[in-house]
Amino acid sequence: MTEPAAVIRVENLCKHYGSVRAVDGISFTVTQGATCALLGGNGAGKTTTIAMLLGLLLPTSGQIHILGEEVPRHRQRVLPRMNFSSPYMDLPQRLTVAENLTVYARLYGVRRIRERLTILGRDLDIADFFKRPYGNLSAGQKTRVALAKALLNEPEILLLDEPTASLDPDTADRMRRILTDYQSRSGATLLLASHNMSEVERLCDQVIMLRAGHIVATGAPRELIHRYGRKDMEEVFLDIARGIQSGEVVA
Amino acid sequence: MSAISLRRIGALALRYLYLLRGSWIRTIELAYWPTVQMILWGFITQYLAGHSDVLNQAAGLLLSGVLLWDVLFRSQLGLSVVFFEELHSRNLGQLFISPLQPLELIMALMLISLVRTLIGVGIAVALAIPFYGFNLFTLGPSLIGFFFNLILMGWAIGLMVAALVLRYGMGAESIAWAAIFALAPLCGIYYPVATLPGWLQPLSWALPASHVFEGMRAVLLEHIFRLDQLLYALLLNAGYLGLGIGLFLAAVHQARKRGSLLQSGE
Repeated sequence: MTEPAAVIRVENLCKHYGSVRAVDGISFTVTQGATCALLGGNGAGKTTTIAMLLGLLLPTSGQIHILGEEVPRHRQRVLPRMNFSSPYMDLPQRLTVAENLTVYARLYGVRRIRERLTILGRDLDIADFFKRPYGNLSAGQKTRVALAKALLNEPEILLLDEPTASLDPDTADRMRRILTDYQSRSGATLLLASHNMSEVERLCDQVIMLRAGHIVATGAPRELIHRYGRKDMEEVFLDIARGIQSGEVVA
Repeated sequence: MSAISLRRIGALALRYLYLLRGSWIRTIELAYWPTVQMILWGFITQYLAGHSDVLNQAAGLLLSGVLLWDVLFRSQLGLSVVFFEELHSRNLGQLFISPLQPLELIMALMLISLVRTLIGVGIAVALAIPFYGFNLFTLGPSLIGFFFNLILMGWAIGLMVAALVLRYGMGAESIAWAAIFALAPLCGIYYPVATLPGWLQPLSWALPASHVFEGMRAVLLEHIFRLDQLLYALLLNAGYLGLGIGLFLAAVHQARKRGSLLQSGE
């Protein structure tokens, strides 16, 4: 059987702001159809890495290849094939949800926009507030709209920053199901940054742990739990965030 | 660089049209100041017409000046303010991770600025006919040249202001309002460039608007069309617009280096 192709290939990637090394020589690959989590505490370099993958931030050095194209040099070739959702990036507040999604659908060159919006409205349960201004929505509703925007172009690579932040457990669970359904249907690759470790255990088959701009551990969630001798990813995360090496005995 | 997409430019323009459609106050606001200016200067013209030989010769001198000045002002403001709107709504990051190219963003801003100017100044121009019996279109075909040049200059300044805000943050926003007024005394809107002190005149001639307003006076007072003034204005505009686009693209590049696109906003 042939190995799945690497759709994200990062080599020795660095981003320095003066003496601050936000990302310092990281290398990893993510294969087609995988769900990969970028984990780490605040300031570990997750958002910086995602921003460089999107071409929103220029690396100091290193190489990024996405879907076989060099980024940021040829970002224009890959951006129509990927998308991003983050609760920390807004959409125009005064436009209605439907207007916002229509504008972005046109920017991404989506065909049959009305049909696409109907499907997303139903799947993400946002059709009821299509006519409401985006600025009037609750944080949870905004997160769902942001996810709808990210799924508009049926991306081959979907980058997610805290995909279920500010959602109640029921809605969060529904969102995770939508993401897994979308992935199994489309074969898309998911790369997500999250602080929700049970979500990571449930969704991800690959984890990249970052600390102070370095990769400190990689592997499948079960493998990491086993390597660190812990009962779940929450404990592994705490070990790594506190600088405890795998196999170290903690008193 | 990938090919420029009219669809993406249209998508951004649509975003602005949605905003206008959703708020009639915004549409009224566009025409409000040009109309107030037109009314004020119309009364001043009526008062001065009996006291001034120049205004007796061409009563539309002040009104033409104020309406054409508003073309320049509105086109600059139209571009800058719409760009600030993306910053205020923290939407710039979303735009830059979409397939939209910076050059397409510039073109969309220009298109929106043109629509805003046509609505704002167009209403004032139309109202000047019943209010004062003044028709700006009496300037004839040269009006197209004047309009086009002032729009270009407005875009150039608007892009420079947008670049400054992208570089230095929203604190520099007030420059959008101040920039054009700083140039107003030099543009010879209501008086010939020769009125300025000798040392200021070269500075004035370096501005495309000065050539436009000189050309406007030539049409109204001497009934001649000064092609040379229009060509000077066009040449200068080519330089300024090139500079504006270059500065904006450089500011985007710098923002990508510094990471400010991700957290750009208020």
